[in-house]
Amino acid sequence: MRIRIHHTTQYSYDRPITSAVQVLRLTPRPNDAQHIARWRVETDIDGRLKAGEDSLGNLIHTLYIDGPVQRLRLMVSGEVETADTGGVLVGAVERFAPHVFLRDTPLTLPDESLRDYARQVAGATTDRLQLLHDLLGAVHRDMTFCTDATEAGSSAADAFAQRRGVCQDLAHIFIAAARFLGVPARYVSGHLVRDDGAIEQEAAHAWAEAHVEGLGWVGFDPANGDCPSERHVRVAAALDYLGAAPVRGSRFGGGREEMEVFLSVAAEHNWRNQ
Amino acid sequence: MTGTGATPFDEMHGDTPDGMRGLYGKVKLWLEQTPPETLAARRAQAELFFRRIGITFAVYGEADAAERLIPFDIIPRIISRSEWGLLERGLKQRVQTLNAFLTDIYSGQECLKAGVVPHDLIFSNPQYRLEMAGLAVPHGVFVHISGVDIVRTGEREFHVLEDNARTPSGVSYMLENREVMMRLAPELFASHHVAPVETYTDALLATLRSVAPRGADGEPTIVLLTPGRYNSAFYEHSFLADKLGIELVEGSDLFVRDDRVYMRTTDGPQRVDVIYRRLDDDFIDPLVFNPGSMLGVAGLMSAYAAGNVTLANAVGTGISDDKAVYSYMPDLVRFYTGDEPILQNVETWRCREAPSLSYVLDHLPDLVVKEVGGSGGYGMLIGPTASRAEIEAFRAKLIHAPDQFIAQPTLALSTCPTFVAQGVAPRHVDLRPFVLTGADQVRITPGGLSRVALREGSLVVNSSQGGGTKDTWVLDD
Repeated sequence: MRIRIHHTTQYSYDRPITSAVQVLRLTPRPNDAQHIARWRVETDIDGRLKAGEDSLGNLIHTLYIDGPVQRLRLMVSGEVETADTGGVLVGAVERFAPHVFLRDTPLTLPDESLRDYARQVAGATTDRLQLLHDLLGAVHRDMTFCTDATEAGSSAADAFAQRRGVCQDLAHIFIAAARFLGVPARYVSGHLVRDDGAIEQEAAHAWAEAHVEGLGWVGFDPANGDCPSERHVRVAAALDYLGAAPVRGSRFGGGREEMEVFLSVAAEHNWRNQ
Repeated sequence: MTGTGATPFDEMHGDTPDGMRGLYGKVKLWLEQTPPETLAARRAQAELFFRRIGITFAVYGEADAAERLIPFDIIPRIISRSEWGLLERGLKQRVQTLNAFLTDIYSGQECLKAGVVPHDLIFSNPQYRLEMAGLAVPHGVFVHISGVDIVRTGEREFHVLEDNARTPSGVSYMLENREVMMRLAPELFASHHVAPVETYTDALLATLRSVAPRGADGEPTIVLLTPGRYNSAFYEHSFLADKLGIELVEGSDLFVRDDRVYMRTTDGPQRVDVIYRRLDDDFIDPLVFNPGSMLGVAGLMSAYAAGNVTLANAVGTGISDDKAVYSYMPDLVRFYTGDEPILQNVETWRCREAPSLSYVLDHLPDLVVKEVGGSGGYGMLIGPTASRAEIEAFRAKLIHAPDQFIAQPTLALSTCPTFVAQGVAPRHVDLRPFVLTGADQVRITPGGLSRVALREGSLVVNSSQGGGTKDTWVLDD
């Protein structure tokens, strides 16, 4: 599937900022399921973007801005040719052995109730792939997708307690449970072509990957209840949302900040509508 | 913690109470000739001095959180030149091993491939910073400053208890104790050739200069980064910055632009080459670690990865402070240096291993059990002095998360004569020498910080648990 993405993040400040630094994880790396036909990251102000990669192999840009700046736009646009690999990740850059992704982080540390849930879902299942599919189905079924129950800093345990959250929360819950059951798991940020044909989206997508011997890393998208397909574009992977976050920034000055995201993800047959 | 029953080695009397080690001859005479009132008066003077200079520390977890003075004992602890020679060789070997180990686990991971250390002990440990993998630290030095805790159990028996490769503190006490001691007992310095410790600050400065990034032209700019005045070691941070003649900065005094670190000054931004940081990894860069940190510098890790700044110590050294990793140090010494360890470890049971766990559970009243990530004497069980209820509570913790604990025997730490309420009496001591590793050489100031457990029979020397300190002398034999 040929997918076009336009992703603009706009920051406005009460007062001009004097300087800012941002670490951006906005650029996908190719793998067997995605060929990057073109990709650009730009800003509308006079800043410097330094390209690099983080220790996990994600492509990053560090953006340095000298003020005064009162409005700032990060603009990402690109085109990706995707293929369906049944959710199995092939040809991606791997810097660490899978068992590194067994470690907990504050966002993915399960509490007692989430551990109980993981145990219940696992039951007596010994086949790892089956177990992960059961977990995928369970998280998709038991969690209600809801944008106002949680925030970016909410942990898996927070969201699970409410049984509500966004794709980020569902991915964290899946990861926390998988790790608790001894399966290496990680967080993936990316984009999704919606199957209802809607092109404009409120936020980028997120799902999880878990490691299965013999297969390698396999994607699980608990917000959709299925494995990633040719509708998914994989951008960054890490231990949790924080490690894969599209933007982490810090600024001097500026007062109150307002952020707006404009995102459109369109498959080829919909390009004329984009 | 109380003694094990066996008479510990006394550094003045040796193995028998009526023995006498020549090293302490003149100090013994001084003690006999000085009336207790005079000793008491001098101790009061010392306290006044420490109070005036404001050398205090805060104890975490205490209700009043008042700043306290660490008690100073006016009887010096003496180490002979030949004993020091042994320690010095052992410390060099140890710190070289630490640096080789850290370089290895963040690059080729040979020690894991060779099976010297199990993979999961490293990879599942939050102190193993994924962000450091493949990052070339300037001059290959990870641990520039370590404060190795040594305990003594006999004439030539020294053991390493902890390597302290993160941000060890206490060196200001080593320096201040000497200054106070010279004021209070100048006559003792006249009759002994005591190796100077005030050379430490020059050695530290030379070490920090030597590890400046290769791109730094001319005289490198060095700063000391502190978490601020509410940190328990803030006094030491300001003291050291002052002695070194470098700027004491907080995160908000620094900024990163185009992968370079600058300090705000009244003359405009000044490039910074080396940061002696006394701030933990978690807080050092909110864009990479704890996003809520207000203490760090945004973008610092980008500058570090670009090779434009040196952090001393490097990020990620905490993995070697893990007490389960510590237990592999003798094997790591052999693996990296090909030599036998000069300094021994304290025997350590890794509760993550089933046979060790079962031994530990069977012997809790005899053992000291510690959290693998703990420090400062917090969160440990001291079997011999614990109540039955405390032991049972700890047993439950151990069974619940065995990989979070190690256990060690209660060692008969050496004792030194100490001036206490009852007069001069033996009290248990440890030693923290400070080892500096530069691009050019390893520098070790003769002596270190001796901590003393002031309560009779106690083996707990931590200042947070009521320990005191002593001036430590290395003497020519």
